[in-house]
Amino acid sequence: MTDSTFDDSPLNAAWLDQALTQSLTKPLTHLVNIDQPLDFDGYVKAGGYMGATKALKEFSPKEVLAIVSDSGLKGRGGAGFPTGMKWSCVPALQEKKPTESSPFNHENSYLICNADEMEPGTFKDRYLLEGVPHQLIEAMIIASYTISANKAYIFLRGEYFLAAQRLQQAIDQAYENNWLGEHIQGTEYQLDLYLHTSAGRYICGEETALINALEGKRANPRAKPPFPQVSGLFGKPTVVNNVETLSNLPHILKHGSEWFKNLSPNSDPGTKMYAACGQVKNPGVWELPMGVTIRELLYDYAGGMKDGVKLKGLLPGGASTDFLTEQHLDTPMDFDSIGKAGSRLGTGGLIVLGDKSCPVAMVLNLLRFFSQESCGWCTPCRDGTPWAVEILTRIEQGKGCNEDLAQLHELCDFMWLGKTHCALAPGAVEPLKSAMRYFEEDFKQHIEQGCCPYVQGISEQKITKPNESNKEREASHGE
Amino acid sequence: MLWQMWIDKNIRVTRSKLRVNKDQELMKNNNNDFSLNQQIPSMMVTDEAIDFRQYLSSAELSAIEHEASIMETREAAGIEALKVVQQHRGWISDDSLIAIAQCLNISSAQLEGVATFYNLIYRQKVGHYVIHLCDSISCHLTGYEEILKVIKRHLNIDYGQTTMDGRFTLLSNACLGSCDKSPAMMINGQHYQLLTAESVIAILNGLSQNVGASND
Repeated sequence: MTDSTFDDSPLNAAWLDQALTQSLTKPLTHLVNIDQPLDFDGYVKAGGYMGATKALKEFSPKEVLAIVSDSGLKGRGGAGFPTGMKWSCVPALQEKKPTESSPFNHENSYLICNADEMEPGTFKDRYLLEGVPHQLIEAMIIASYTISANKAYIFLRGEYFLAAQRLQQAIDQAYENNWLGEHIQGTEYQLDLYLHTSAGRYICGEETALINALEGKRANPRAKPPFPQVSGLFGKPTVVNNVETLSNLPHILKHGSEWFKNLSPNSDPGTKMYAACGQVKNPGVWELPMGVTIRELLYDYAGGMKDGVKLKGLLPGGASTDFLTEQHLDTPMDFDSIGKAGSRLGTGGLIVLGDKSCPVAMVLNLLRFFSQESCGWCTPCRDGTPWAVEILTRIEQGKGCNEDLAQLHELCDFMWLGKTHCALAPGAVEPLKSAMRYFEEDFKQHIEQGCCPYVQGISEQKITKPNESNKEREASHGE
Repeated sequence: MLWQMWIDKNIRVTRSKLRVNKDQELMKNNNNDFSLNQQIPSMMVTDEAIDFRQYLSSAELSAIEHEASIMETREAAGIEALKVVQQHRGWISDDSLIAIAQCLNISSAQLEGVATFYNLIYRQKVGHYVIHLCDSISCHLTGYEEILKVIKRHLNIDYGQTTMDGRFTLLSNACLGSCDKSPAMMINGQHYQLLTAESVIAILNGLSQNVGASND
């Protein structure tokens, strides 16, 4: 796909006028243009870099931190940790004055943007990265300034080639216009921003694994503590934030924390990128006030279920969240409410399953993903996830027995939080355990009938690396 | 304390004995069945046999040096260096791996640990086009299995294999982030969405002609 820059044609001017009418209600996405993202001049004309100007020229880092903390912004990568609190752990921002015994070098910390979006059923960051790359760069300038980082990295997943191309272009333009480099906009502040593209591995999205990956090591997660804010990239204080989290910053700085709080009717402030995919009529991604109900999202925005299909269940925030069913449709999609319903908001992307498809096959597909993406560091995950795949395959093929269900329950316990090195295996347990609760009848039918009651073939074994079988083929051809 | 050590030691001995038995059993089975030994290369390339200054081209060297210069350590440029060489040569051979490791001043074992960790680093020779078919949940719910069957039948290859003419390699891929336009696949950096049995064949035929044209 070729990339063109934004020009001043009347058509674009009309688009921009229309876009700006939504600047206060859809801050993250009002400037998104997937076909032709705004270049530097276009972005500035649309009010871009105003948040960064304010941060750098009017506030000290601690004042920016206070504004962001007050806004109540929570991390949008899945865990929902308050951003202000995460930043405040950086030694440079702590109230305590550094002492001689303190080993931390306050001058040198890092900001990393986690753009390793690989959670199955999640595509919200891609929309922002491809649609409005300058917004992320402005956001990273604000965040880096706050935590006193002079170097920042965007850790982008390897498969997002178009996003990589557009981000690099935006970074180059920011350097040309003195928004990156030395003495940014005449201030004393200096920042270098680099784009790092990964090469495809889910676990790199875990912040400590991401740091190992960036250091050129095999990307196994690290033990915590120490937390990255204290000792992260190259042993220096490091903050890792999600794309969507960071993208809120220019707007919070521009319009203030009160405006941000008022965007949402409930306790979780701001807007959220919600998405829906799977067996819905109109899959897509939408920026909506935090706390829209699942029903609104599913029926008003995603157009409801595909023709002839009824809702069987859904995952509310990517592959590693618990299933919810029809009884939860009126739950607001915010961190607390979804938590109370027994799941997690995660990334806010619905994955919708209809009643004509097999829930066991769906869980099998999810567990295969987790078993393949397990980094192999700890036993519960390395051995537990393939074991669950083996049992689920057996059940889906109609060769399962009742003991298999007991074994699966045991595995869920064996791979739960506190028993594993990171959150990957517990993330695999969430859909598995909840599926066995809500779709128990389906599991039992598979076992009793000795086949899958749904008309759907079982997917084949997955291979992500070229293998030796070519040689065997060639040998057999030669004979 | 002492008894604890005694128990530890004895458990370890029992475990290692068990392991030996298991290994022998495996070997026995393997002799009858497909052998694991076949996968071990008969001639090992040693690190000393390669001089990276001669092995890597000047374009590769300068690209790797650029990547190393923006990181704090040379080893941190590992993934980028692997990608640079792969871009020039199509895949990462043992020789390439050793040369890059030397260039970055790290052990080839460490770099192998990185190279084998990632999907998009190929440690086997691949075709001109590498098809990464998304097999994650959204594509599963919208029927990627059908697309997979069509590709396999059309190209007469299975996952992990390359067509005899060296044009296509077929691999699976974790979620490509095209969940709103699934099923999806990626070929040499280009994403293809909303695949149907017809469109996927049209795409493959189109690419196949491209290779034919560039070879003529």
